Amino acid sequence: MTSARRRSYGVKGAPYAFLVPSTILFALFFALPIGYAVWLSLHKVQVKGLGLGADARREVWAGFENYAGALTDSEFVAGALRVLGYGAIVVPVMLGLALVLALMLDSEKVRLAPFTRLAIFLPYAIPGVVAALLWGFLYLPDVSPFSFVLQRLGLPQPDLLDGGGLYAALSNIAVWGGTGFNMIVIYTSLRAIPAEVYEAAKLDGATPLQIALRIKIPMVAPSLVLTFFFSIIATLQVFSEPTTLKPLTNSVSTTWSPLMKVYQDAFGKGDIHAAAAGAVIIAVATLVLSFGFLRAANSRSKQEEAR
Amino acid sequence: MPNTKHSRFVATAVAVTLGATTLAACGSSDEDGEAQSGPAKLTYWTWTPGMDKVVDLWNKGPGKEQQITVTVKKQASGDTLVTKILTAHKAGKGPDLVQAEYQALPTLVSNDAVADIAGESGDAKSKFADGVWQQTTLGTDAVYAIPQDIGPMMFYYREDLFKKYGLTVPTTWDEFAETARALKKEAPDIDLTTFSANDSGLFAGLAQQAGARWWTTEGEKWKVGIDDAATQKVADFWGGLVEEGAIDNQPMYTPAWNKALNTGKQIAWVSAVWAPGTLTTAAPDTQGKWRMAPLPQWSKSDNVTGSWGGSSTAVTTDSKHKAAAAKFAAWLNTDEEAVAALAKEGGIYPASTSAQLGGAFSEPPAFFSNQADFYTEAASIAKTTAPSAWGPNVNVAYTSFKDAFGKAAKDKSDFGAALKTMQDATVADLEKQGFGVAE
Repeated sequence: MTSARRRSYGVKGAPYAFLVPSTILFALFFALPIGYAVWLSLHKVQVKGLGLGADARREVWAGFENYAGALTDSEFVAGALRVLGYGAIVVPVMLGLALVLALMLDSEKVRLAPFTRLAIFLPYAIPGVVAALLWGFLYLPDVSPFSFVLQRLGLPQPDLLDGGGLYAALSNIAVWGGTGFNMIVIYTSLRAIPAEVYEAAKLDGATPLQIALRIKIPMVAPSLVLTFFFSIIATLQVFSEPTTLKPLTNSVSTTWSPLMKVYQDAFGKGDIHAAAAGAVIIAVATLVLSFGFLRAANSRSKQEEAR
Repeated sequence: MPNTKHSRFVATAVAVTLGATTLAACGSSDEDGEAQSGPAKLTYWTWTPGMDKVVDLWNKGPGKEQQITVTVKKQASGDTLVTKILTAHKAGKGPDLVQAEYQALPTLVSNDAVADIAGESGDAKSKFADGVWQQTTLGTDAVYAIPQDIGPMMFYYREDLFKKYGLTVPTTWDEFAETARALKKEAPDIDLTTFSANDSGLFAGLAQQAGARWWTTEGEKWKVGIDDAATQKVADFWGGLVEEGAIDNQPMYTPAWNKALNTGKQIAWVSAVWAPGTLTTAAPDTQGKWRMAPLPQWSKSDNVTGSWGGSSTAVTTDSKHKAAAAKFAAWLNTDEEAVAALAKEGGIYPASTSAQLGGAFSEPPAFFSNQADFYTEAASIAKTTAPSAWGPNVNVAYTSFKDAFGKAAKDKSDFGAALKTMQDATVADLEKQGFGVAE
C-alpha cells in the first residue's frame, strides 16, 4: 500500500468524519423519536375480559386504525376548525400590527425609538403561560378591572371567556405576546435597505407614504413571508394559552385545540397510541400548510422577478 | 466508492451503538439489587407535603431495626402521577411504593403496575372502615393498597350570612333547593353555591351518596352504571338548580370563585373534610365565620355521605422488595405515631379510624376555631361514607364529565344529556380497548 493511496483515503473520508457528530445527534434526538412515534401510532393496546391481572394487556398491530379514529373523531376535527378560526384572527392582526409598528419606528421623525422598540418587544419575553394567566385574570368579569370600570360607567360588560368572545380573548394574548418579535424581524430588514434607495425616491418626489407602500413593503417581503411562516406554525400548535384559561371557564374543553386532544389522549386517557397518531397528523398538516405557503410565496416572487 | 459505503456504515453503527449504550445506561441505574431479603432500599413516589419528615421517623425507628430504608421522591398529584407510574412500569423502572388515589387503583391494577399485598398486609384491615378498605381490594380477595387519607363529604356554610338572610341549614336536598331559592328571593346577587364542572370528584361523590355504582363486574365483564337512576337524580337536581338560576354555574378554584367566597357572594360550599385548608387560602377574610354540617340527604331517614378525594399507598409489581415495601405501607398508615405525623406534617385526614380521634384532631382547624367539635363531627360523618365502585377507565369518565357538564352548565341545558354523553364515552372507551362490557 502506497502512502499516496492512504492520503487519498483520508481526504475522501474526511467529510464523512465531519458528518458523524451531527448524524449521531440527528439520529438520536430527531429520527429515532419520530420513528418511535410513528411506530406507536401504528399499534394499540388490546385488553382481555376484566383487564385485571398480569397478562390482560397486549400491544398489537393496529394499522391505520388510530389515524382513522383521529380523523373521524368529531372533537379532533372541531378542534382543527377552532384553531383555524383562531389563526384567521391572530395571523393577520399580529403581522399587520407588526408591520405598521415597524414602519412607524423606521420613519425619520420618530422619538424615543429605542424605548418604544423595547416596550413593544417586552411582552415576547414573558412566558406564554404567565401571559395567559395574567390576561385570564383581566378577563374574568368578577375580578377584572375593565369590567369594574365598565360597570361604573353603566356600560354592558362583555364576557370575554364565552362564545365568540373567547376567540378574541385568546387571539389577544397571542397578538400581545407575538407582535414585538415579528416587529423586530421586519424592522431589522427595514434597516438593511440602503439609504440611496430612499434618496432616489425623495428626489423623484415620493411622499413618506408612497415610500412605505412602494419601496419599504416590497423590499421587506421576504421577512413578511418568514414571519407569516412562523406564525402559521405557532397557530397550529396553540396549546398553552387555552390550557391555562381552561380552569377559569366552562367554555374551553379539554380538547379545544388538536394539540390539547393529543395531550389529553396521552396524559388523561393514558392512550399513547392514539396520541402518537394525533401528533403525527398535526405534524404533517403543519408541514403541508407551512411549506405549501412557502412554495406559493416563492413562485409569486419568482414571477415578479421575471416581470 | 467502497470507502464511502464503509464510512456510512461506520457512522450508522456508531449511532446505533451510542443509542444502545445510552439506553443501557438508563436501564442500569437501578441500584436496588436482586436481593429478596436483607437490607432493602425503597423509593416512594408521593405528593403529600412533609412526607420526608414522616419517612424519617421510619428510617430512624422501625426501618433501622429491619434494615429497610425509604427515600421519598416528591411527585405531582393525581392523574399526572398515574401516567408517570404507568410509563415507568412499562420501562420496568417503577419505584417500590406509590401514592394512588382510590379511583386510580383499578387503572393501575389493570396495567399490572401495583402488586397484591394480601399476604403482607397483616391485620391492617381492622384499622379501617369497611367502605374504605373495600376500595383497595376492588371487591376481590387481593389487597392492592393500604388506605392513607379519605375525604368524606360535608356541607360548609357561612353561619353569619345564613342568619342574616334568615336561612336554616338544609338537612335534605329538597331543603337545599328551597334554601337556594329563598336566598335568591332575599338577595338576588348572592348565590348559595355554584355547580362546578371542573372537578369530577365532587360529582362522583354526590352520585356515590345517592347510591350510584358506576363500575361493577358481571363475570368477566364490566358494567358501567354512570347513567343509572341514582346518578340521573343527582344530575337532574343540579341541572334544575342551574337552569332556574337558583345557583351559579361558574367553575370553582378560579380567582372569581375565591373572591365570591371571600366577599360573601357565595355563602355555602358542598365539599369534603379538607375544605378548611382550601378556604384558608381562597377566603382568608372569612376565618371563624364558617360552619360545617353533614351533607344534605335524599330522604329524611338517610344518613350517608360520599367521598371526594383520598388516597392510598400501593406497592408496585416492579419492586424487588415487596414484603419490605408492604411492611412500610402498613406502618405508615396504621402506626399511631406515623399517622399523627402525617396529619401534622401533611395535613391529611387519616383513613385509619382510631387516628381520626387521635391527638392531632383534638382541636378544630384554625379556620374553624368557632366549631370546637369539628373533628368529632367529622369522624362520625366519615363512618357514614357510602361504598364506591371504581373501574379501569375512571380517567376517561372524568374527562368526559368536565367537557360535557362544563358545556351543559355554561348553556344551562339538560344535565341528563350530559350524563348520557359521559356514559357513552366511558363504554366506548372500554370497548375500544377490548374490555368485556356488559350491556
